[in-house]
Amino acid sequence: MRKADKTIISLLVALVLLLATSPVLPKWFSFLIAISLAEGLVTLGLVVLKRAGLISFGQGLYYCLGGYAVGIVGQYGGISNALALILCALVVGGLVSALVGLLLCRYRDIFFAMLTLAFSMILYGVLANTASLGSTDGFGVVPIGFFGWHPASQRLGLVVYLLICVLAVGSAMLVHRYFSAGMGWAGEAIRENEIRVEYLGISPQKILYFKYIVAALLAALGGALAAFASGHVDPNMAYWTTSGDFVFMMLLGGSANVAAPFIGAFIFEVIRTFAFDFVPYTWHMILGIVLLLIILFQPNGLWALFSKLSKKKAGVV
Amino acid sequence: MPIILQTRSLSKSFGAVIAAADINVTVNEQEIVGVIGSNGAGKTTFINMVTGYLKPSEGAIFFRDRNITGLSPRQVTRTGICRSFQVAQLFPELTVLENMLVASNMLSGRPLSWQRPLKTAAAIEAARTSLAEYQIEEYAETLAATLPQGVRKLLDIAMATVGKPALLLLDEPTSGVAIEEKFDLMENIMEVVQRSGVTCLFVEHDMEIISKYASRVIAFYEGRIIADGPTEQTLASPDVKEFIIGTELHRQGEPPETSHRSQASSNPEAKNLIPRPQYS
Amino acid sequence: MDTLLVVLIDGIVYASWLFVVAAGLTLIYGVMKILNMAHGSLYAIGAYTAASLVGWYFAAGYVPWASYLVFIGGATVVGVAAGVLVERGVLRLMYGSDEVVMILVTYAILLILEDLTKLVWGVDSYYSYQPYSLLGQTNIAHIPFANYDLAMVGVAGLIGLLLWYGLNRTRRGKILRAVIHDREMSSAMGINVTRTYIITFMIGSALGAIAGGLTAPTLSVAPGLGIEVIILAFAVVVIGGLGSVGGAAFGSLLVGIGRAAAVQAFPQIELLVIYVIMAMVLAIRPQGLFVAAAARKI
Repeated sequence: MRKADKTIISLLVALVLLLATSPVLPKWFSFLIAISLAEGLVTLGLVVLKRAGLISFGQGLYYCLGGYAVGIVGQYGGISNALALILCALVVGGLVSALVGLLLCRYRDIFFAMLTLAFSMILYGVLANTASLGSTDGFGVVPIGFFGWHPASQRLGLVVYLLICVLAVGSAMLVHRYFSAGMGWAGEAIRENEIRVEYLGISPQKILYFKYIVAALLAALGGALAAFASGHVDPNMAYWTTSGDFVFMMLLGGSANVAAPFIGAFIFEVIRTFAFDFVPYTWHMILGIVLLLIILFQPNGLWALFSKLSKKKAGVV
Repeated sequence: MPIILQTRSLSKSFGAVIAAADINVTVNEQEIVGVIGSNGAGKTTFINMVTGYLKPSEGAIFFRDRNITGLSPRQVTRTGICRSFQVAQLFPELTVLENMLVASNMLSGRPLSWQRPLKTAAAIEAARTSLAEYQIEEYAETLAATLPQGVRKLLDIAMATVGKPALLLLDEPTSGVAIEEKFDLMENIMEVVQRSGVTCLFVEHDMEIISKYASRVIAFYEGRIIADGPTEQTLASPDVKEFIIGTELHRQGEPPETSHRSQASSNPEAKNLIPRPQYS
Repeated sequence: MDTLLVVLIDGIVYASWLFVVAAGLTLIYGVMKILNMAHGSLYAIGAYTAASLVGWYFAAGYVPWASYLVFIGGATVVGVAAGVLVERGVLRLMYGSDEVVMILVTYAILLILEDLTKLVWGVDSYYSYQPYSLLGQTNIAHIPFANYDLAMVGVAGLIGLLLWYGLNRTRRGKILRAVIHDREMSSAMGINVTRTYIITFMIGSALGAIAGGLTAPTLSVAPGLGIEVIILAFAVVVIGGLGSVGGAAFGSLLVGIGRAAAVQAFPQIELLVIYVIMAMVLAIRPQGLFVAAAARKI
């Protein structure tokens, strides 16, 4: 119980810090945080699946669906209300995952991973060849507003930043609660011993199905928010290497705590930003080396380095 | 007492291998039945079929008038049958207490909650009480993966009984446990069983344990039941003595000679060539 | 009728180099149970090496017909060397890890190698058209086809035959298949599994690099090639069945012809045909079309 309080309190403190410092943060930095938090949401979804024993190489599917949902509804539906757009993204992500998940919840390990990858590449193929949506270039996302109020363009970044901070921390708190509940623990149990779970009267497939939908919703939300922040969507969001990036963010951060994926995403983005600026042609190499080092020496992610929890509580790759 | 479990002509074959043939068993409420037979005789196959892990090739299984043939383990558990395993099926990276909490939460019959914490004070206390019943409460904070074998088996059984099943199937509860601990283990388990009035079938190789705790014995040999009746009578029957107890005595120190038995029964000429152990 | 011929031949041409790449990938998985994402880089390294060699060779003015030996041979040598470095340098530290973890490791290596090729060869595109145009064209039913493409089909077929013969008719091949079937048992029987791994990885890398070398004259070799190719090879291997070379052949034909058909009939679906087939195979027969279902472990 004390542990749960600590996380919620830490999350609230983080939120306050993020909000309070917003006026003084340089724009590039608040943008970095905004994107990291959006990607962190996708990674949080990966953590939900990882704790249940599954690794998805296709979260890009929902990340892209979320982004395109807000993009399309914004452009062609004329809606700029941020909350309405987010709702659209969640509905799309939810419907697709409810369908796809029916098939996926029956697979495990490498087959699950490969099937998720295949589905994300199908979306990529569809979007990359759809001229009306800009093909591989994608298209721009309309600036958001709230119930009639539209922030001035120089303030838009700040508004998006605040929105993302609130939604990211809020989602983290909800997922934290979920992890401590019966459904959350069911995931741990399935990872540890699926047969035993069946013999305890629970259907692992049903539990994993719901987890898949949760992860998809988080990814769609992340995609929508990323679209708000960057003002642009393109099919690359569904390309397999994007999904690979999310998996790496999860590795970097670890899966022991709901805050870990956000930290992993942030570190990933920091490395990417600075690598681009200083050593533009070696960004992938640096990432690859960092990841090899993590896998070799710290498979529980960097969270475990700072965590006071004993090793037994951390998720093991 | 009314019938709680009944199998009719239950059979299971894997291609040409017959794991179980024509198993007819009737168990009454609150009976304590011992199941004996050498390895490969069909005991675990029988439990696997009853609990839905294997689909029978032929035959039917009835639990209190309900036909449960072909149900999945999940469904069978929900009807009120729980089992323990030859190799304890635990959640290795979770603590003993967490294992217990998860098990009782899942067996409670209520849908799993998305937000109500698993580790409430009430739930923890109830779990600790369950652990205490099997005298393993001291291991509550230990990881299941690091437990000694006897404690693993007890936890496995504790997780099966926490759901208050009507029928309990124990697959070799004392296997892998040191000889000096076997009796204490069974004593503990049987005390809980008798106190709760649950019907119990347990597979066991140790004849002393069978004699002490089972009121009835079913003997398996090469996939078939060769004896079924009150303990003393069945253990004394010539078939059981020849095919099972002979080898059981061997298990406690001397090299096993089961293969000789099978060879002898399938190759009539070899009967005279393979020396038959002399038993008094 | 013409369209059908074009689809068929284009499809088979596409399938041939894809088969060579996929064969290497599936072999490595079959023996070592590693889904080697870095295989795409070996293809790219082979392509870049070939392109460079072609450029140097023709600039130096040597005999044109011998160029084929040079650039394909060179690609192979460099590819194998890179493969050995990867295997001995990184992979052997991770043997025994979970399959999904190994994918992440090889993906990390793919990223590293992608940038290494950028460092060595720069970011410009390489054109090495000479070997391609040198062979001229043939008309089949009045439709011109490049002889180089047709030759590539022949080379792929030859490689396929060599692989089949090697795996099924030679002692070394039988050892390889034994390790594919059961690594522990093979080791218990005295087979040097480590040496088998090294040899397999070398053969697999060679195949990847050869495919790269073969296709270099047909396209512009540019950054990102490895990433594009690995995902195609990956899909083919999944369709055919992980570990089955015959499956890789069938899978590449299916994908090659499917793609060619899509290009002619519904260009919009060209990019996703392969993944739809992959998803369908995974849904219906997850182990792939040519691999027997593994016994349920649970």
